[in-house]
Order: sequence, then structure tokens, then C-alpha cells
Amino acid sequence: MNKEIFSEKAFKLILKGTGIVIFMIPALLLVTLIVQSVPAVRAYGAGFIFRQTWDPVREIYGALPFLAGTLVTSFLALILAFPFSFSVALILSEYLKEGTAAAIVKSAVELLAGIPSVIYGFWGLLVLVPLIRKLELAAGIPPYGVSILAASIILAIMIIPYASTIAREVMSMIPPDIKEAAYSLGGTHWEVQRKVVIPTSYSGIFAGVLLALGRALGETMAVTMVIGNTNKLFSNIFEPGNTMASVIANEFTEAVSDLYLSSLIELGLLLFIVTALINFIGRLIIKRFEVKGAGE
Amino acid sequence: MSIKTEKPLLQLNNLSAYFHDKRILKDVNFSVENSKVVSIMGPSGCGKTTLIRCVNRMHEMSPGGTAAGSILLDGEDLNQLNTITVRRKIGMVFQRPNPFPTMTIYENVIAGYLLNGIKIPKKLSLEIVEDSLSKAALWDEVKDSLNKKGTYLSGGQQQRLCIARALAMNPEILLLDEPTSALDPKATSRIEELVVQLKKNVTILMVTHNIAQAARVSDDTAFMYLGELVEYGSTKEMFTVPKDKRTEEYLTGKFG
Amino acid sequence: MDTVYLKRILEDEKAIRQRILKNNLSGVIITFISSLVVVPLVLILAYLLINGISSINFDFITQLPKPVGEAGGGIVNAIAGSAIIVFLALVLSVPPAVFGGIYLSEYPDSKLSALVRFSNEILQGTPSIVIGIFAWVLVVVPMGHFSAFSGSVALGIMLIPIVLKATEETLKRIPPELREAAASMGVPYHRVILKVVVPTGLKGIVNGILLGATRISGETAPLLFTAFGSPFMNLHAGKPMSSLPLVIYNYATSPYDEWHKLAWGASLLLILAVFGINMLARIFVSKQGGGTQ
Repeated sequence: MNKEIFSEKAFKLILKGTGIVIFMIPALLLVTLIVQSVPAVRAYGAGFIFRQTWDPVREIYGALPFLAGTLVTSFLALILAFPFSFSVALILSEYLKEGTAAAIVKSAVELLAGIPSVIYGFWGLLVLVPLIRKLELAAGIPPYGVSILAASIILAIMIIPYASTIAREVMSMIPPDIKEAAYSLGGTHWEVQRKVVIPTSYSGIFAGVLLALGRALGETMAVTMVIGNTNKLFSNIFEPGNTMASVIANEFTEAVSDLYLSSLIELGLLLFIVTALINFIGRLIIKRFEVKGAGE
Repeated sequence: MSIKTEKPLLQLNNLSAYFHDKRILKDVNFSVENSKVVSIMGPSGCGKTTLIRCVNRMHEMSPGGTAAGSILLDGEDLNQLNTITVRRKIGMVFQRPNPFPTMTIYENVIAGYLLNGIKIPKKLSLEIVEDSLSKAALWDEVKDSLNKKGTYLSGGQQQRLCIARALAMNPEILLLDEPTSALDPKATSRIEELVVQLKKNVTILMVTHNIAQAARVSDDTAFMYLGELVEYGSTKEMFTVPKDKRTEEYLTGKFG
Repeated sequence: MDTVYLKRILEDEKAIRQRILKNNLSGVIITFISSLVVVPLVLILAYLLINGISSINFDFITQLPKPVGEAGGGIVNAIAGSAIIVFLALVLSVPPAVFGGIYLSEYPDSKLSALVRFSNEILQGTPSIVIGIFAWVLVVVPMGHFSAFSGSVALGIMLIPIVLKATEETLKRIPPELREAAASMGVPYHRVILKVVVPTGLKGIVNGILLGATRISGETAPLLFTAFGSPFMNLHAGKPMSSLPLVIYNYATSPYDEWHKLAWGASLLLILAVFGINMLARIFVSKQGGGTQ
């Protein structure tokens, strides 16, 4: 019996220990990134964020082009993806719960979610980029093809499954009796969506947009492959650029000097902090929404 | 089974209802006269809720829900009307109070208009709100807090708000689906009093699993068992001399 | 109250017809917009199939890559590499993730649980490239060179939140009566968990692991500076190793048509593997029956 008591104690200890280890991972990750960024922070301070030049040869590192690239591609992708994600969420949660159309949309979204990022990038590079190049030629703009725009389009396709899943979850948290009440007053499908479902899920939808933004900010491979990898600040979305993630992917293995590496890691640190914050806020809103939705 | 001779307001002819292949209602026939309170009682699973959900055509919205037979309102086949009109004429109150959480008390009362995008002058909307809340015996309690959220009220008040919301559409029939099942005894008796008062304005079809409640408030009672309408007639008669053996067993608490 | 006026506006046939029309129209528009998501899917899959199928042959899955200019060659090293890296990542991360999930379901309200949940959510949202940097600092720098192992560490960290969450969700749904029944027979706590609770939830846990595996087997970014890639056959986890996503990236961004062809083939193979594991997870869930749902 003593042996059993011992193993029981040991088991509980292991459980708790694992919990502590898992809790430590992001903390350790943060500390690691901070420590590794110290040389860059020391060298540039806050100027790192505002400087336009990124020149490894002269050892000048400014992150502005990448910050701009990340923000512009992510927001553009969000805007492009929004109507689709929103419609998909409406279709799957409210409009056509059954039927072939809903089933097709549902599997399409699931399959899109399963395609690896690198394949999106490859497809974008060989199919989308030439298409954009043709359009640019026709419009008389420099035909880069690889561009902020290409990256945004690929990103948009990639975040649709994620955003629509969250929006759908949020909408399905709305107590069904509220919808029933609306129908019992003679509301049509559309009116019930417009005036009950959507207003009730505003905060949840906002959280979904935030979480999708978090996804888009950190997405690396697909963006790297179609954005053109230029360290100059772009002046319009048809020009090539770079995002924080894509410049890390591109230059990390080539970074020879400590300052170069440290600057790249500082980009990673910024990315980590921003995505962690966005995710935290998004999850918090959804949790509140969950509580509000379930217990009247 | 007594069929009334007077021209009925609502008439169900061979109504059957299904969930996918499962038959929930079996050829139900009955009619309801104007300005009556009719209770529908029976053990759970007997199809009483499905019955009233057929009346305002909510049943067909549930996954796999279909119905056969016809329902006439003022001699008009409900299947020939659009659901907007059907539900305007036939209001519904649910088991649990369900005011719209994003709307104020005021907005909740005129929710039918807001939802349906029907524009009404401010003066009229004020009238509708006061009139409906008064009919629902809630006006005095909430007249000073019309701009508070509907969910701020107590459960019993919320349920009366839901009744006001249904009355605001000026319905001919009000369906109550076990309206007191989520309420405490005090709130329950207020709703029951209200139901009796309301029959001046609107005909009421109330589902209940509470035999005493049916006895207290209704003029006529329908007893349902396993999807069939077993007995239908004056409440007084049914509770004193039930015609069917199953009704008697139910009333004496043998099952359900 | 002007009930006549009220009746008129409530029964305005024209308004009702308009509302029905608006409803139908919005339904059509929403269905149309959402069905457009099928377009990129079909396009991507069609390109993969058309271009990929002609590159896949026996040599492709048995040979090593050939230098530029030489026709033929395969990606056997990347296939083996992917399998090794993913397997190693599973070995590294599944035990802590499952134990973490058990902890959360057993002590749902403890302070540590709140912290673990918080960390797990942060981890889940962390960009994979950042996790790559972490693994690089943690493993590559001390070892002094790139290695498959460091890649597995990166992928393993990404896997933890997925498996942990699946475990917690599954175990939470197991009725407490079950463990009470076992405990009432005098079975010690750890045996109740390991012999009763976990086996009951096995279906959900395995499903989570398989879905996690599909996620990481397509990951590229964290491998760029950990596993790094290699043109040779390498089965040693301590050395740089190729993987399918890395090969796709390297070949896709090369200027050679010959390599693009290989990249299409590798992409098709990767997607078949990802969808295949996914299917396996579904079959597993539906076959096992009973259990927790």
C-alpha cells in the first residue's frame, strides 16, 4: 500500500511539474528573445523602429520597411478576407445548416485550412504572381509581380478558414431562444441575422478579426515567397517589400555579424509581443462573450 | 370529442408533424374559438410543444421538421400565407424568458417592428409600448426604466416583457409554450392572472405540463398523449368527468 | 391607439413582398460570396495535381536529388527527413502535452492551471518563425551546427498547445461518475487517471495528436535555421536534414524549371500526406465509437 501512496504522490508531482514546464516555455521564449536583442537595442534604441534603412553591409538596421510591410499586408488581407469569412460564417452557422452548398463550403474551408503555408507560397509564386505581372503590364505600372499585393491576396486566402471558423463559433454561442424569439415575431432569415445575430456577436466578431490579424502578422513562408524581399520602403502596394517575418526567414542564416543577428531577433521579439498581445485580447473578448452568451 | 358549432378562429385539420422520419403528431384535429384560453397538456414528449410550433410554422424551421395537414386561421390556410404574416397574426412566448440582450426594455417591446424594419412614428411607438406593457401588467413596474436593458429585469418581469413584445404585434392568437416553467411560484401566479385577463384581447393557446395550471386558467383543455389528441373539451368537464381512460389516468397522476 | 393604421402598416402586402425579396436576395448573395472560397481551393489543388502527378514516379520517391542541369532525381532524403523530424517532434512533445492536459482537466481551477492555459494560448498564437528563433538559440547555438533535432524541438513546441488543448477538452467531457466509480473501488488516483480516464478519452487525444501532426508536417519557417536542409541522405538527427516543406521552398524559389517540377511533385506528396493523416484521424474518431462525444 505504501508503494501505491508513493506512486500516487509521484504522479501528482509529475502532473504539476509538467504544468510548470509548459507555463515556463513562453516565459523562457520571451527572455531568450530579449537577451538576444540586447545588442541591437543598445545600438539603436527606439530608433530601430523608425529608421528606414536596412543595410547589413554598413551595419545599419532600421525596421520601418518591415513594420510597414507587416501592417499593410495584414490589414489588406483582413479587408480582403472579411466579406468571405463573414459570409462563410453566416452560411454555416445560420443560413444553410444542411444541404449540398453548405457541405461544399464547409469542406472547402476545412481543406484550405489544411494546405501548408509553403504550398500557398509556391502556388502564389507560380500562378498568382505572373497574373499580377500581366495586369501590371497592362496597366502600365512596373511589372514586379511579386509585391505587397500578392502577399496580401495569399494571406487573405489563408486566413479565411481561420476567421470564418471563429466567427461561426461566436455566432453559434448566441442562445437559440433569442433567435427563436426573433423568428416568432415574423423576422425573415436576413432580418434575424442583421438585427439579432450580428449585433449580439459584435464583440465576438471583433475578437475574431483580432485573432485573424494575429495569424496574418506572423505568417511567414507564403508571404516570403511572393512579397519580393526588398528592404526598401515600398511606396505602393504593387511594389515588392518585406515583412518582419519574411525578412527573418530570408536573412537569418546569412546573418554573419552579431548585430545583424540581434537586429533580426529584435524583429522576432517585436512580432512575438504584438501577436501575444493581440491573441490575449482576442481570447479575452471571446471568453467574456462566451460567459455572456451562455448565462443570461 | 366535442366539436364546437360556432365558427372557430383556429382550426387544425389532420395535422401531422415529423422530425425526419419520426412522427411526432398523428392526425390532430381541433378548433379554437375566439377569446378563449385553451390549455394543451400531456406528459413530456407527447408533442404538445410541436403542436403549437406548427401553428406559427416554427416547426418547419427545426432541422428535419416537416408537417402535413392544414391549419386554418379565420378560414385561411396558413400554408398559403408567408411566415411573416403568419407570425404577425400568431405571437409566441417561450419556456424561458428571452428578451433581446442588446435592446432596451422599450426596444424589446417594439422589437417586432425594429426587426422587421417597419417604420412607425415616435408617437405611435410610444403608444404601442405603453399599451402592450399595460396589457402585460408590466407598465407600472418599468415605466421609469424603459431605457434599461431588458435583461436587467427579474425572470418573471422578463417573461411579461416577452408577452408585451408579442402583444405589440397585435396578434389574433398568442401561443404560450410552458411560460412559467422557468419561474418561481410567485412569478408564476402573476403570469397566470395575466393570462386570464388577456383573453379579452387575444385568444390564447398554452402548453403546460402543470395540471393545476390548466385547471386554473383555461376555458378549454386538450389532452395529448404520444402524438395523439386524446380528449378535448371544456376544462371543467374534463377535470370532473374525463371521457377517456388515459385522461383520467393522467389527471390522477398515474403517469407523466 | 390607431389600430386601423397599425393594421395597415403591419399588413402592407408590398412591404412584406419587399422584405421577402430582400431576404431571398441576401441569401443568394451570401451563398454566392461564400461559395467563392471554393475557387482558390480548386485552383490550388488543380495545379498541384496537374503539375505534381507527372513528377511523381518511382525515381522521385527513391532517388536523391541530382545537381542542377541533370534530369531526374528524387527527394527520398526529404521524405525520410520529414518523417524523422515529425516523429521526433511527436516523441518530444506528446508526453508533456498530454500530461499538461491531464493536469488542466484534473485541477481546472488551480492558479497554475490558469497560468498554463494562458501560456498555452500565447504559445498557440506565436508565429512559427519566432519559435524557430527560439529553437535556434536553445539548440543550434549550443550544438554549434544545424540539426534535425533542433527542427524537432521547434515543431514540438508548436505541437504542445494543440495536443494539450485536445487532451484537456476530451478529458473534461468524461463524466465524473466514471472516475468516482473507479475511486470508490479503492483504485489509487494515478491508476484511475491512467487506466480509466485517459483510455476513455484516448480517441480524442489521438485525434488531437494526428491533427497536430498534420499542422507541423507542413511547417517550413521554423526549419529554415534549425533542420536547415541537406542534399544528402541523412538519418542522423544530430545533423542537418532535409524535409518536404524545405525542399518545396528551396526548389520553388529557384530559377530552374526542372526544380519547379520537383517542387510540384513534393507539394503534391506533402498535401497527400497532410490530407491522408487528416482522413486517418477522422476514420479513427468515427470507428472507435462510444467514448466521449
